[in-house]
Amino acid sequence: MNSAENNLDLNAKIDASCRVPLLALFGGAALWLVVGLLLGLLASLTFHAPDMFACCPFATYGHLAPAANDLLVYGFAIPAGLGVLLWIFARLSSAELVLPLVPVVAANLWHLGVFIGFATILGGGSSGFTWLEFPRAAAMLLGVSFVLIAISAVATFAQRKERELYPSHWFLLAALLWFPWIYSTANLFLVTTWPVRGVTQAVINWWFANNLVFVWLALVGVGVAFYFLPKIAGRPLHSRFYALFAFWTLILFGTWAGLPQGAPVPAWLPTTSALASLLLVIPLIAVAVIVLKTVWGAATVCKGGPFCYLRFGMAAFILSGFFLIVQACPQFSRALEFTWFGAAQTQLQILGFFAIVIFGAIYEILPRLVDGGLPFPKFVRAQHWCFMLGTLLLVGSLAFAGVKQGQAGFDPAAALSGLRVATLGWTFFLLGSLLFAANIFVMTIRWKLALVKTVIAYIKSPLETSEEQP
Amino acid sequence: MKNGFAVFFAVLVALGGSWLGFVVAPAIQLGKAKQAIILNTTDTWPLQRTGEATLGLQIYRANGCATCHTEQIRQDGVAAEVTLTSLGKSKPEDLKAFLQSLFVLPELAKLTNNLAATLKDWKGDLPATLLTTGDKTVADAFADRLKAAGAKSETRVVATGADLPRWGVRRSVAADYLYDFPVQLGSLRVGPDLADVGARLPDANWQLLHLYAPKLSVTNSAMPSFKFLFDVRQKINGETSPDALNLPPGFAPAAGYEVVPKLEAKELVAYLLSLRADAPLYEAPFSPITSAKP
Repeated sequence: MNSAENNLDLNAKIDASCRVPLLALFGGAALWLVVGLLLGLLASLTFHAPDMFACCPFATYGHLAPAANDLLVYGFAIPAGLGVLLWIFARLSSAELVLPLVPVVAANLWHLGVFIGFATILGGGSSGFTWLEFPRAAAMLLGVSFVLIAISAVATFAQRKERELYPSHWFLLAALLWFPWIYSTANLFLVTTWPVRGVTQAVINWWFANNLVFVWLALVGVGVAFYFLPKIAGRPLHSRFYALFAFWTLILFGTWAGLPQGAPVPAWLPTTSALASLLLVIPLIAVAVIVLKTVWGAATVCKGGPFCYLRFGMAAFILSGFFLIVQACPQFSRALEFTWFGAAQTQLQILGFFAIVIFGAIYEILPRLVDGGLPFPKFVRAQHWCFMLGTLLLVGSLAFAGVKQGQAGFDPAAALSGLRVATLGWTFFLLGSLLFAANIFVMTIRWKLALVKTVIAYIKSPLETSEEQP
Repeated sequence: MKNGFAVFFAVLVALGGSWLGFVVAPAIQLGKAKQAIILNTTDTWPLQRTGEATLGLQIYRANGCATCHTEQIRQDGVAAEVTLTSLGKSKPEDLKAFLQSLFVLPELAKLTNNLAATLKDWKGDLPATLLTTGDKTVADAFADRLKAAGAKSETRVVATGADLPRWGVRRSVAADYLYDFPVQLGSLRVGPDLADVGARLPDANWQLLHLYAPKLSVTNSAMPSFKFLFDVRQKINGETSPDALNLPPGFAPAAGYEVVPKLEAKELVAYLLSLRADAPLYEAPFSPITSAKP
């Protein structure tokens, strides 16, 4: 057996070791993505007919919108990101996933936690802090599951044969460290019986929100893209030093961004935050240069496949970063702060950037996980179109609504036309997510049926008779 | 960046910086915040909310009101405002003519249009705010001219911004939220800001009607009705209960029925009415509005 065959054999083993944990993580993520987008769509309908759901408290905008956002980030983005992270770590280490059962258990605990949190929000038990609406029980489940998955990931990382780290390692390791840190801090200070006093709650909440939605998603999304882009393009990442520079500037400046400029807090807080946000232009340019120089002129044709996803997602990331910077500019912040422009940036970050990059990675991984590949390979291209149109319509219309609203001095009616177009954006995203759900669920069912068949065949097979009969 | 530990340590430092800056430092600086003193008095601010209003905050939280409403009024900057308080011996027409003769002054060049518009509507009523400018020296020079003409004026430094005085008389400050948990600052204004709604719209009945049918007071409102905070019940012996909402036709229930607020609705309204940012503080002073427009 030569080395190439050896490699193929090893890769197949790695993929097999990742199969069950990844299917558990991706399956739940697919379910929550569909539910989250459905809730987002329903919430958006409020702007067509405000009294549509007036009968039922759980269906009012104040319940649906936070539930939708939480499902998109906690239900979909984080488990999907962790699944891809496990696979990348195993491949980069050229080793099978260590402790593969731990992430399986953790994935189920995680999805249970998301379910508890989701039900609690709809029941009116939200904690009242943005992105931290989940109650303590759900938060603990999420925290424990994350640490369990991180243990498996770091153990796999420790198996690596080459000492030198690949750029994706930095981004993904930082993400593994940062989430437990910010999530425990925010929960211990806010979702507790003894919270910090007064407006400090708001400061910590803003810090957490920015670090979760901008920094954490950026670390995972960019880390994943830096692994798959060179792999698909068939060229090395350009270059290691640019990546190092982008990484450091991203975590140095990104973690301080996100405080509103007019906030009723000591002035040094928003000022520092605005400065950090403006400096974010440095990592954004660095990431843009890396991506362009890596994919420009690559011979790969994308045809609506993973390569298309990754390129579109990275473009969305750069745009999302610029949205963040614009909001921090003193000239614009007065008109854009507290408008839908902020919501546009959030959805661009979650759906336009992270979801699309992670789907690019998932569609690269998924066919290798189970024999027979994707049940509906044509859906991949259709989903890409749905997500691109969704991003354009949702983010474009929300940003437009925000600018109009700001110009009109926060007249609520000024934003309405934009918000109604946004409904169409949610619909496209929902359609796309259904295509993914169809692929992964049919795939999982086929694999389980095959498993059952194997077991039945094993049971039915005649018992081996012992040779030494008395 | 060759081994995992070096990465881990460096990342720890980089990320830890923002944790120290935005979690630990504010907790130290603001965590021991005490009540502020209301300007020119010995009274403290804020007062603890009433029990009913404190419960109302939980209704506000549970229904996700902060998804669409902020509770923070921003200030953009300050401006000097010259208010005419006495005409002295001159007649309004004379003073008007004198002021119009000042338009040629170079320092007033940029303000001429505003001043002309103000003077056009002015019929000699006092006090009248004649000039608003970001430059205090221009305001002082203008006040000196008025003094030379025998009129008396007051120059005040006032806060400016799109939120003022539309949603409140002064900006929100950290002290306003001292007793709240959770603090519901919000980040999106689908509807109006509520930091001062208790002073702006102090009628409890209006608030209840607005919760029951937002379209009653704002025809194109995007706010959903919060009907589930109310009971529609049969009138007892045909008599209307004192709590019942006085609804116009089209919104009223069937004959013989009445709409009464549940406990939750009353608590929520108590909370809304307790939302006030109307005490002048050292860090956010304001002058009482002398000529409020209706």
